[in-house]
Order: sequence, then C-alpha cells, then structure tokens
Amino acid sequence: MASAIAAATAPPTGAQHSVLLLRRANDYLAATLRARYRVLSFYDSGAPLPAFLAASAATEPEPPRAALVVGGGAIRVDAAFLDAAPYLRCVVTTAAGLDHVDLAECARRGVLVAGAGEVFSTDVADHAVGLLIDVLRNVSAADRYVRRGLWPVQGDYPLGSKLGGKRVGIIGLGSIGSSIAKRLKALGCVIQYHSRRPKDTVSFKYFHDVISLATESDALIVACALNDQTRHIVNKEVLGALGKDGVVVNIARGGNIDEAELISALREGKIAGAGLDVFEKEPVVPAEFFSMDNVVLTGHEAVFTTESGSDLCDLMIGNLEAFFDGRPLLTPVLPK
Amino acid sequence: METTASSTADESPLVLLVQPLFPEFAAALAGRYRFVLAADADPAAAAEARVLLVPGLAPVTAQHLARLPALELVVGTSAGVDHVDLDTCRNRGLSVTNAGPAFAVDSADYAVGLVVAVLRRVAAADAYVRRGRWAADGDYPLATKVSGKRVGIVGLGNIGSRVARRLAAFGCAVSYHSRSPKPSSPYTFVPALLDLAAGSDVLVLSCALTDETKHMVNREVMEALGKDGVLVNVGRGGLVDEPELVRCLRDGVLGGAGLDVYANEPAVPPELFGMDNVVLSDHRAVVTPESMRGVLEVITANLDAFFSGRPLVSPVQLCTLNKR
Repeated sequence: MASAIAAATAPPTGAQHSVLLLRRANDYLAATLRARYRVLSFYDSGAPLPAFLAASAATEPEPPRAALVVGGGAIRVDAAFLDAAPYLRCVVTTAAGLDHVDLAECARRGVLVAGAGEVFSTDVADHAVGLLIDVLRNVSAADRYVRRGLWPVQGDYPLGSKLGGKRVGIIGLGSIGSSIAKRLKALGCVIQYHSRRPKDTVSFKYFHDVISLATESDALIVACALNDQTRHIVNKEVLGALGKDGVVVNIARGGNIDEAELISALREGKIAGAGLDVFEKEPVVPAEFFSMDNVVLTGHEAVFTTESGSDLCDLMIGNLEAFFDGRPLLTPVLPK
Repeated sequence: METTASSTADESPLVLLVQPLFPEFAAALAGRYRFVLAADADPAAAAEARVLLVPGLAPVTAQHLARLPALELVVGTSAGVDHVDLDTCRNRGLSVTNAGPAFAVDSADYAVGLVVAVLRRVAAADAYVRRGRWAADGDYPLATKVSGKRVGIVGLGNIGSRVARRLAAFGCAVSYHSRSPKPSSPYTFVPALLDLAAGSDVLVLSCALTDETKHMVNREVMEALGKDGVLVNVGRGGLVDEPELVRCLRDGVLGGAGLDVYANEPAVPPELFGMDNVVLSDHRAVVTPESMRGVLEVITANLDAFFSGRPLVSPVQLCTLNKR
C-alpha cells in the first residue's frame, strides 16, 4: 500500500518537502504543487483515509508536515484525523468556512492552520448581492417566464420590489459581510447587523440578537461561520420576526438556517422569498423549493469563479512556502 | 373617469389621453383634471386641448398631433420617449416631459442585477438546481468574477450614472460613452463607442433611442466586446441589431447578454430561450410599486406646473441629437 502511494507521485529532482493533498486538484494546482513538493494525493491513492494517513508516515525522506484540505464536509480535520497523522504540523485549508477543522484540537497540538483569507470575499459578496436583487426583483423568475414564451400570452410578470431604502440585516460582519455591506450601500439599502460583538470601526446599527435584527429588517443575509453557536441561527422565531414581506439570503452554510422551518415559512407565506446558495445536505436540495417562484437556488457556487480559483492556488502555495521556510503564514487562522 | 364629451361646466383642466390610464393613476388624479380619450374627443375638446398625456408606450404620431392645434405639452409616463414623434414636437415648439428620475433607481438596480446574473450565471444555475441536476450531474460550471470587471456605460444620464455608482462599489472600473463628456463625472469618457466596447468586459446600454442611436450596437461593436464580453440592455431594443445579436451569441462572437428590452416586444427571438449565457426579462427594469408611485408624482408635478405657468419638472431636450 505504501509503495503504491509512493509510486503514484515520483518526486521531481531537488524536491524535498512532502505535502498531503486531501482535495481534488485542478490541473493548475496539481502542476504547481508537483513542481515544488512531493505530493501524496489521497484521492489518487484510492485507500481509505486512516490507511492513507498511516502509510504516509513512512514517506522518505520525511513524512508530510503539511496538508492541503478542502472544505465542505468531505474530510474533517478532527482529533481522529490528527491522531492518525501525528507528523502533521500545518493544515492549509481552501474553504471560505472553517467548520471542517477542529480548531481547538489543532491549537491543543500546536498545529498551524492557514485559511483562505479574503480570497473568496469579493466573489461571495457579489453573489450574495446578485441573489438579493434576484429575489426582490424576480430576475430568474422573469427569465423562466420569458423563456416559456409566456410574455406575449400572459402579459407582464408581476412587479418586484424596490431595493433602495430596504433595511438589510447582515448576520456576521466579517470580510464577506463587510463587502456585502459596501455593495448594498451603493444600492441605497440601509445596513444593520448582528455579530458576536459590535464593531467600532463601522457606523451601521448593531443588534445584540438575531430576532431583534430580523424584526427591524426587510431582508436578512447570512454571512457568518457555522459553529455550535450559529447552527440554525435563523430559526422559526427569526423567520417569524422577519415577516411576510421579508426575504432571506444564505451564502454561508446550509446549517445556519433551519431548512425545514424555512420551507414551511415559504409555503405558508410567512416570509416573502429566499435566495439560497447553500443547503443542509448538499448536493441534495429539498424538492419543495423547485416549485417556488419566490426562491432563487444556486449550487454552492458563490465562491467559485474562474478568477478566484487561481487566486486561491497562489495563496495556498504561498502559505505552504511560508510554512516550510519557517516564516509566518500568509493567512493564519492558528495561531491567532 | 374619462368622459366622451367636453363639458364647459367642469372647471378642471382638460387633459387628453392617448390610451386609458392605469386604474391606480386614474384614481389618484380623479377630480384634479378632466380626462378625455383623444380618440373619443369631440371637435371642441380637440380644438381646446393643450395637454396630451401618454400612458405606457402608446405611439404618438404626427397624425395624432396634427389633430390638436392648441397642443402645447406632451406628458410621457416612461423614461424613454422614442414612441413620440419628437421631430414634429420640436417643429411645433411643443414641450415633452418624461418620467424624469422616477424610474432611474429601479432601472439601475435591475441593470446591476442583470450584470451579476449573466456573469455569475445565476438564472441558469437556478434552472440547473431546480431540475435536480446538482445532485445528479455535479456542480454547475464555473462562472466569472464580477468585481474588477471593466464596465462601459452607454449613456450617463439618470439611469447610467446610477449604474456607474453601483458597479463602482463592486470594484468595477467604469468608463462611459455619450454624445459629450460630463466634466463632473469621475468616470473615464470614451469618445467612440467601438473603443468603449473594445476596452470593456461588460457594456451596459442606458441611453435614449433616437435616429442616431438606432442599431448603434452592431456586429462590429459586438465583435469588439468579444467572446468573453457581456451586453446588458435596459434602454431600448432598437439600440441593438437584434438578429445580429442572436447570431453573435449563437456563434460565440459575444460571450453573453442580459436583456430587458427587445425590438418587437413582447416578441423575444426564440433562439435565445435555449441559451444559458443569456438572462431575459419582460421590460420590467423600471417597474416596482414604488417607482409607479414615483412616476405618478412626476406626472402630477408636470401637470400642476404647466397649468399654473411654472417650469416643467422633467422636460426632454428636443435638440436634433435628442439624448434623453
């Protein structure tokens, strides 16, 4: 098993450091990595994860001290993972979110963690704003309507609703939330937010809890991390407070919203609409959404543009180089 | 609301209508003016009428205008007034008003919505997910970044200037083309449309349709915009050579399009229905309940101003190269 893994990625001349690759790599990333490091690819090995990690310990001349991990639930860097790979000293993750990395366990073991920094922020923010405009102004619904040839037959599609003056409540005002706020301000929206603590660098109105935010907002945008405190942060009560003219946009994690309650609220007209890029059990999307015209659905693509792909590669390589050179990580999550 | 005979007993000013008012407008204006449908007006009313109100986009031709010798003002209810014979209006010294800024914000918002929707393939991705293809076939292909794109705006009026401001907040580099530069604008002026297209990733059309601007976006311009370029039109269908647009999209000469307006509404070229790189809407960019209230305010303000001898609120320039 070990020899099969070793043979799959023959080291180029002069390469010293080994790197675990725990994500499917596109051509650009694979080529860039292989030019610099000895790459041990989990998906190429075909082995189960524990066996792969155990076998990697035997790598010559040294076991891989760094790992590149994808986000999105496929692999969790938790205690079991770290126990199986005690040689690992640095985890470089490529997701916007960090819910697949047990930061406490990494901190306990002194494992460095590098995140995606702000590489994704602009694309996610662009997409969030696109979803909000779409839901309020029925862009996708009108597109479907026209494509079905209904315009000449049934006349105009019903009116949408103005963006300007809408009170938009952003849950989580990090790099993504701030980028969203900047764009929506230019569109004439009134920005307010909830986060764990108020940010004294911004002048937007702060709400201590999500229910008060929802009560005074026309739209909610979920832009926070997924963790134990934020699971189902948008629940039945919050949807009720948002109200029958309110809309919700989620570009964070499906788990941030109680999906079953969202479906009920939409079906019963308790809220006016939703724009969703993420779902609780991707890529499965509840079929109840498919017949709703006041919902816009995209397949977890807010982060993905052709440009952000190469930006991300550059950042990952930059973090790996920094680690192996003994320099501070470019986008450290741990140490803080 | 509308009467078929003029009545000298009624003190309200007479306003002729090219077609019936929206019910909401009729209700709001009830009692302030005497509305008569132009087609039903008796000779006395036609001879007396000083104002013609044009609900929607009903055409106002030289023949219509010739029947109204006392006419002084044509009140439009839309952003564009290319459905009114402006040459005849100018020759007769008539004033023409449009919806002013009432629709500008919503048009600009919608234009931005179309830019994001086309670049990020939102509508196509939505259709993909709705058909259950995400679970079955995997991720929808990558789309392209909005932030940082070079945006060229054709027409920097009420709508164009607002589009510029919004896309600048997305980190887009904004340039514009118009008949003449706007010194107060922070954006780069490009004298030739072809050069603007060549230097842009996205071209947004927000200018009036006139003899000069008809089919301004032709094959040459679309080739200059290019295979990764996107055209967004919230102006008038006539600004674009539509059959050529369809060919350019089909052949990959142009990368994509977001269209709110067409040459022969509500007819939309059916070849567009099968294209994933196109977002189609039913001339709705302007329409929200708030903008309808807004345009009602502008109409009322123009009528009040006219009948009390004050300056009009949203007059349209009727010089030879009409812009707005």
